[in-house]
Amino acid sequence: MNNEYDVIIIGGGITGAGTARDCALRGLRVLLVERGDIADGATGRNHGLLHSGARYAVKDGESARECIAENRILRRIAPHCVEDTQGLFITLPEDEEAGYGLDYQQRFIQACRDAGISAEAMDPREAVRLEPSVNPRLIGAVKVPDGSVDPFKLCAANILDARLHGADILTYAEVQSLILEGSAVRGIRVRKRRSGETAEYRARVTVNAAGIWGQAIVRMAGAQISMFPAKGALLVFAHRVNHVVINRCRKSADGDILVPGDTVTVIGTTSTKIPFEDCDDLNVTPDEVALLLREGSQLCPTLASTRILRAYAGVRPLVAADNDPSGRNISRGIVCLDHATRDGIESFVTITGGKLMTYRLMAQMATDAVCDKLGVSEPCTTHTALLPPTVDNAFTAGTPDGELVCECENVTMGQIRSAIRNFDIHSLADLRRRTRVGMGTCQGTYCVRKAAAALAEAQGSPADARPLAEEYLGERWKGMMPVGWGDTLREMEFMQRVFKAGAPSTFK
Amino acid sequence: MQKRNISPNNFEQCVKCAICTDFCPVLKVLPSYPGPKHGGPDGERLRLKNALFFDSNLKYCLNCKRCEVACPSGVRIADIIHSARDRYGEDRPSLRDWMLANTDTMGTLASPFAPVVNGALGLGVTKSVLDGVMKIDHRRTFPKYAGRKFTTWFRREAEAAQAGYKKQVSYFHGCYVNYNYPQLGKDFVRVMNALGYGVRLLDKEKCCGVAMMSGGMFDAARRNAAVNLASVGAAASEGRLTLTTSSTCTLTMREEYPGVLGIDNEAVRDDIVLAVRFIFEAVERGEVQLAFKEGFRARAAYHVPCHMEKLGWSLFTRALMERIPGMELVPLESICCGIAGTYGFKKENYERSQRIGQPLFDNIAQVRPDFVVCECETCKWQIEMSTGVEVRNPISVLAEALDLEATAALNHQ
Ligand SMILES: Cc1cc2nc3c(=O)[nH]c(=O)nc-3n(C[C@H](O)[C@H](O)[C@H](O)COP(=O)(O)OP(=O)(O)OC[C@H]3O[C@@H](n4cnc5c(N)ncnc54)[C@H](O)[C@@H]3O)c2cc1C
Ligand code: SF4
Ligand code: SF4
Repeated sequence: MNNEYDVIIIGGGITGAGTARDCALRGLRVLLVERGDIADGATGRNHGLLHSGARYAVKDGESARECIAENRILRRIAPHCVEDTQGLFITLPEDEEAGYGLDYQQRFIQACRDAGISAEAMDPREAVRLEPSVNPRLIGAVKVPDGSVDPFKLCAANILDARLHGADILTYAEVQSLILEGSAVRGIRVRKRRSGETAEYRARVTVNAAGIWGQAIVRMAGAQISMFPAKGALLVFAHRVNHVVINRCRKSADGDILVPGDTVTVIGTTSTKIPFEDCDDLNVTPDEVALLLREGSQLCPTLASTRILRAYAGVRPLVAADNDPSGRNISRGIVCLDHATRDGIESFVTITGGKLMTYRLMAQMATDAVCDKLGVSEPCTTHTALLPPTVDNAFTAGTPDGELVCECENVTMGQIRSAIRNFDIHSLADLRRRTRVGMGTCQGTYCVRKAAAALAEAQGSPADARPLAEEYLGERWKGMMPVGWGDTLREMEFMQRVFKAGAPSTFK
Repeated sequence: MQKRNISPNNFEQCVKCAICTDFCPVLKVLPSYPGPKHGGPDGERLRLKNALFFDSNLKYCLNCKRCEVACPSGVRIADIIHSARDRYGEDRPSLRDWMLANTDTMGTLASPFAPVVNGALGLGVTKSVLDGVMKIDHRRTFPKYAGRKFTTWFRREAEAAQAGYKKQVSYFHGCYVNYNYPQLGKDFVRVMNALGYGVRLLDKEKCCGVAMMSGGMFDAARRNAAVNLASVGAAASEGRLTLTTSSTCTLTMREEYPGVLGIDNEAVRDDIVLAVRFIFEAVERGEVQLAFKEGFRARAAYHVPCHMEKLGWSLFTRALMERIPGMELVPLESICCGIAGTYGFKKENYERSQRIGQPLFDNIAQVRPDFVVCECETCKWQIEMSTGVEVRNPISVLAEALDLEATAALNHQ
């Protein structure tokens, strides 16, 4: 790895990954640094909704237009990361009482159409036919082109494609300070988490794509940005209850979106401002669980008795408008800051805010700013260039690679080996983000030993299998705790019985 | 908070302990079979995401339900597999499946010409035709069709006398008794009469549907189920329980109608009872008395059919058999005999079917019994064909061991 680059990107979430790819496609020499694993931040802890934009149509037409444009692009460039589920916005009798009845539905449909989003009113019975799990008490429904998106795959595909185009990817390396020369940022100083070594990398431009942690990076450059960490909690139900995204047709509120993603269904989300210190260790509270369950059962009554796999939370990287230091005026839109014009700091760009599904547009804006500084005039091609697959999928049953490791999620040994080959994998959580291993019903109880053995062997240290497994089960356990009753409690007891002996640290 | 999170989707109760995997006889001989865990609860979850996860190898499930008996979480694994075949299995039933599954139709067609059919079914040429065209394995001995149906015998020779008994039961005879082995039905009637019960046929009886389900013809099975449940309900409303002599028909009507076909049978489920259980309980309660023949001697081996294992009722048979003086009953190791209804009749299953049953056949050879006791007719075909040892239903054993006249006298009030 050469230590001189055209551009360094800080943060291996979807924004950083997309920016690295765009820069690489435009011929720049790119280094991306991420302190943990890729998709470890908000990108790995969100709802996975491929917005149609309908949710924003009434209040924020611009966001809505952005969403539908990116929605169409993602379906085209990343068909393997996107599922065309369609979405329903339902009206319940109590919405009518609260002033969001069928009049509002008409306004909603008009606003969608104004933004270029197809919105089709449906007879309630027809809606039940389309999505049998929907609350049958509904009095109206509108069908929109929502979808679901696999954030892990999408992020990994961008990382892979960046690398295919020459980018260097450095994970488990934390930026500790910026190299400042005069009024310019010239590079970064990192500490490699696994070896403890430090190193310097220089570049002509540095991009801050560190999500909510971007505030600290800006401070390293000697400037200020006010970010507002907004925690969002979600519950994962153990199987796919619905096949169509279900939303409420009313003003956005907590727990009003139900997204079918891969083998599960996820209800979300809440929104609570939290202190910065808490961003690295999020917990889901009993109140949040209760709220999500209550609201979820409004969308889909069977959720009241469906097994819940786990709870998790992420932090939205929201930014206060520059002219409003009080932070009341929070933008949910994309924020791309050229610190030269804003703060007089050269060669430094911050890209944040936005959404998972608008990452490509964000990356394009950041890359345009970088190219501008470097005098590069290559045009952006990410709206048409297809993203590559992330992990090989086809392995023949009966061969060593065809052996099933995770039976819940149908993950084969071949997929695990291919993930280990393609990515920098150090833990089973890293492996999970690439393959879904251990994400299923038993949360790793059944497969953790096999997966840990495969990883430890690939790392050349078979003795590490046990600590790898313990670390993973500890992480799974944390997500199960807030929903530990019924079948999930039985699963936890079983997990404990199988693993407790010799591993007390796992289950503190 | 949730009051319970045990959803109607029973597969959610699985904790992934994989105990069921150890008990699946198919997995032991066919490694490409997904097995009860991965084909059942795991697979169901994957199939909900995408129907492409349906594995056509699930057709090799014997529906022996040994996985369900073993499961500590009460997952209806075999039902899940069966329903998946109903919903996702794109293999349309072939002509052969029709012939094996529609035991009613085939029985009705064949019965008046029994000697001809039996002759034909025993002939090498016909067997090869069956093998080639229908893919029914030529090594199979086909169950013989009886000359006179049970129901014909009953109407002509027994029905008139039944009204003379104060207590009444209904009899679900099943296809096997009606077409292949009327003797068992006759034995049943003689035993019940001796115990003081008159026997009635149901208003209308159809094949329980088990063969249709295993052939993938779920809608046809649903039609039969509706007829049978209505008849059982009608009998119950007149105060008659419906007794059976086949463990498979019993399990099908009690457990699979709701579990696989999605038919609610709650109202009449407990009115369907296997005769051995009914008799044992009546004896226990002192409601009936048994008088046995003197000098009865037999060494019998007891094979627990899979469906008896699932019902959990084998103890009734054992206890009843053990009451017979002069009976030495040797329990066999409880494993599947491999036939699983019509499964073993299919050419592609024949070898596997025999390999699954081999440990059982070896066990029988070792015990060297006079006969094998077993409540299941298809086990009977399989065991008789594979070991040469005769298999008898416990009701027939009882009919032989009882002094019927003395018993009748005891129960005559
Ligand atoms: C609860 C919730 C639900 C959401 N639902 C949706 C949705 O349904 N659809 C949608 O489109 N969007 C959704 N979002 C928004 C979306 O998740 C985020 O906008 C997006 O993931 C942000 O990506 P990012 O790359 O900017 O930030 P992140 O993914 O947080 O990436 C920042 C990365 O920077 C790294 N980093 C931080 N500091 C350093 C350092 N010093 N050195 C090196 N690396 C560092 C972090 O480890 C992290 O990986 C949701 C967000 C939340 C919280
Ligand atoms: S029913 Fe029998 S054959 Fe089918 S999966 Fe269960 S144990 Fe295996
Ligand atoms: S035995 Fe029951 S709980 Fe255990 S894996 Fe099989 S189905 Fe699941």
